[in-house]
Formats: sequence, structure tokens, C-alpha cells
Amino acid sequence: MESFGQSADRRWFWLFAAWLVATVSTLGALFLGEVMGYTPCVLCWYQRIAMFPLVLVLAAGLFPFDRRVVRYALPLAVAGWLLAAFHLALVAGWIPESIKPCQQGVPCSEVQVVWFGFVTIPLLSLVSFSIVAGLLLATHFKGEK
Amino acid sequence: MKQKTLFVASAVALLLAFALGVLVYSGQQEKEAGQLAEAGRAALIRMHSPTLGKPDAPVVIVEFLDPACETCRVFYPRVKQLMAEHPDKIRLVLRYAPFHNGSDKVVAVLEAARKQGKFWQALEALLATQADWSPNHTPQLSLVWKPLEGLGLNMEQMAFDMTAPEITELIAQDIADARTLNVTKTPEFFVNGKPLPRFGFEQLTALVDQELESARNR
Repeated sequence: MESFGQSADRRWFWLFAAWLVATVSTLGALFLGEVMGYTPCVLCWYQRIAMFPLVLVLAAGLFPFDRRVVRYALPLAVAGWLLAAFHLALVAGWIPESIKPCQQGVPCSEVQVVWFGFVTIPLLSLVSFSIVAGLLLATHFKGEK
Repeated sequence: MKQKTLFVASAVALLLAFALGVLVYSGQQEKEAGQLAEAGRAALIRMHSPTLGKPDAPVVIVEFLDPACETCRVFYPRVKQLMAEHPDKIRLVLRYAPFHNGSDKVVAVLEAARKQGKFWQALEALLATQADWSPNHTPQLSLVWKPLEGLGLNMEQMAFDMTAPEITELIAQDIADARTLNVTKTPEFFVNGKPLPRFGFEQLTALVDQELESARNR
């Protein structure tokens, strides 16, 4: 009984951590866009579409704790991860310009922010989606002994 | 129970951090804008700019304007009204920030009209008909002539004057000054050299009132 309680606690904590990452990412994106005035490019918007709902979906899965939330949240996290990976590849130049889906406004291949010489917004996005997806997978598969 | 506390505490902490970030950042921005305007005072007013109002007016509004910018169109009559409310107290200096693609050509047309002493009439005519010559926010030189008919302008002379090197230079200088002052959006106002703390007509009115007040006390 005690071990069950512990594993449930652990899973709740993983989900909570995923929510924390999603919320920090969402607020960060809002800060960059709304406060600092960086115009999000098209790919950024698609990643936002995947990230923002995670805040609400994951929170709903926390109270009461519902493991099935992984089924609803993971597709968002994976889609966001793929978009972020594509975006990063575009910025790095691994994918030729012609495939990029933006025409007007801010080109997605443009790098607006670089911190510490290598941290860009798409990289942060990829890291966030990776952590969220990893924690969701952990919630689903682990702690079930 | 502990979990709920943790969740709520985190949510509140994150939101507070966000709000604090906004506060700190906008405070910093405001200070930087002020310093920038202070440092770039030379770039703020040029002898070549069209002005309206008495030269010795205590309050000088410098407006960076794009003739194709919708907000500029909306603001223009309100700025004129503000000037009418305080007769002889406000001078308006117009600077160009032709950020729309092709807007610089329209500015050249305005400058050519200025050579014939009809700058303000031409500007008002173009602002009033903005949607006609700038469909889908794309200024089209071929469409700006029609609204200017009836002002008694010599259009042939204008088409010639438009390409004058001094007009090209003037526009280039204004764009360079806009960059120096970090003007990235139009309209941008500076009242007696001070930038607006935040964009808005109320903020402009408040800053003008404040400057009028301090001019009265001088």
C-alpha cells in the first residue's frame, strides 16, 4: 500500500513538473511576444498552439490525478517537438530555404534572440517539448511496479 | 492537500514573476527610451522638416509619420485638434518614417507638393484618401495623384521634383534619424524631446499638458 502511494506520488510529481515546464514556456513565450515585442513567426505560432493548451490540459490531469491525461497531452507535446525540431533545422540551415512555410512577416529562419551564444527561441522550445514529452512518458510507463 | 498547495503556490509564484518581469522590463525600456532621446537630441529636429505652429511655441511635438500608416491617419486630426485647443502653444514637427513598402515614394510626392507651398493640403488629402491609394496596406504611386487633383498643384513639375536629390537625401536622413532614435513603429511622438511613456493619445495629451504646465511655471 505504501509503495503504491509512493509511486502515485512520484507520478503526480512528474506530471506536475511537466505542467511547470509548460507554464514557464508559455509565460516565457508571452513575455517575448507581448512584452518585449518580438513578432512570432509562423512556426513559432504553431509551436505556441501545441504548448499553450498543455498548461490547461496538464493542470486538469493533476486534480484529481489522472494518468490518462498522458493520452491527451502527449500528442500535443510530440507535435510541438516535431515543429520545434523542424524550426531548429531551418535556422541551422539543414533544411533548404525553399521548404520553409513562411511568406510574409517574420521569416522563420531569422534568429531574433541569441543568449550565451547558442540559446535561441526554437532551441528553448525543443528543450521544453522534450522535457514535457519525457515526463509524460515517465508518468505513463514508470512508477507502475 | 500538499499537492494542491504546491500547485497553487507555483502558479502564483510564476504569475508574480511574470508581472514583476513586465514591470522591470517596461521601466527599463522607458528609461532607455528617455536616454536615447536625450542622446539623440540632434537627430530629433532637423531644419529641413515641415512644421506647423508658431516657431517660439513652448511645446514642440515631433511626430514620426508614415503617410500609409493607418494609425497615423487616425492620429493626425486629433493632433491638430490638440493644437487648436492650445493656440500658439504647440508646434508640430513632422519627420518621415516610411516603413510601408513604397511609402518613401509617397513622401517624395508630399515633398514635391511642399515645393509648391501645398504640403499640408497634400498631406491631409492623402491621409483622408489613404485606403484608395494604399489598397491592402500597399502604397501605390500611380494612385496618389487622383486625390491631389483640385489642390491646384502642377503635377508635371511634381513628378520631376520628386526625384530631386535633396528630397531623396531628406528622406534618407529622416529614416536614419528614426533608426538613431529607435523609432520602429508609427506614429511615434516626442514632446519637447521626451518620448511617450506608453503609446496612446491619452499619454500624448498628458505629456503635452505636463509640458504646457512646466512652460507656464518658467
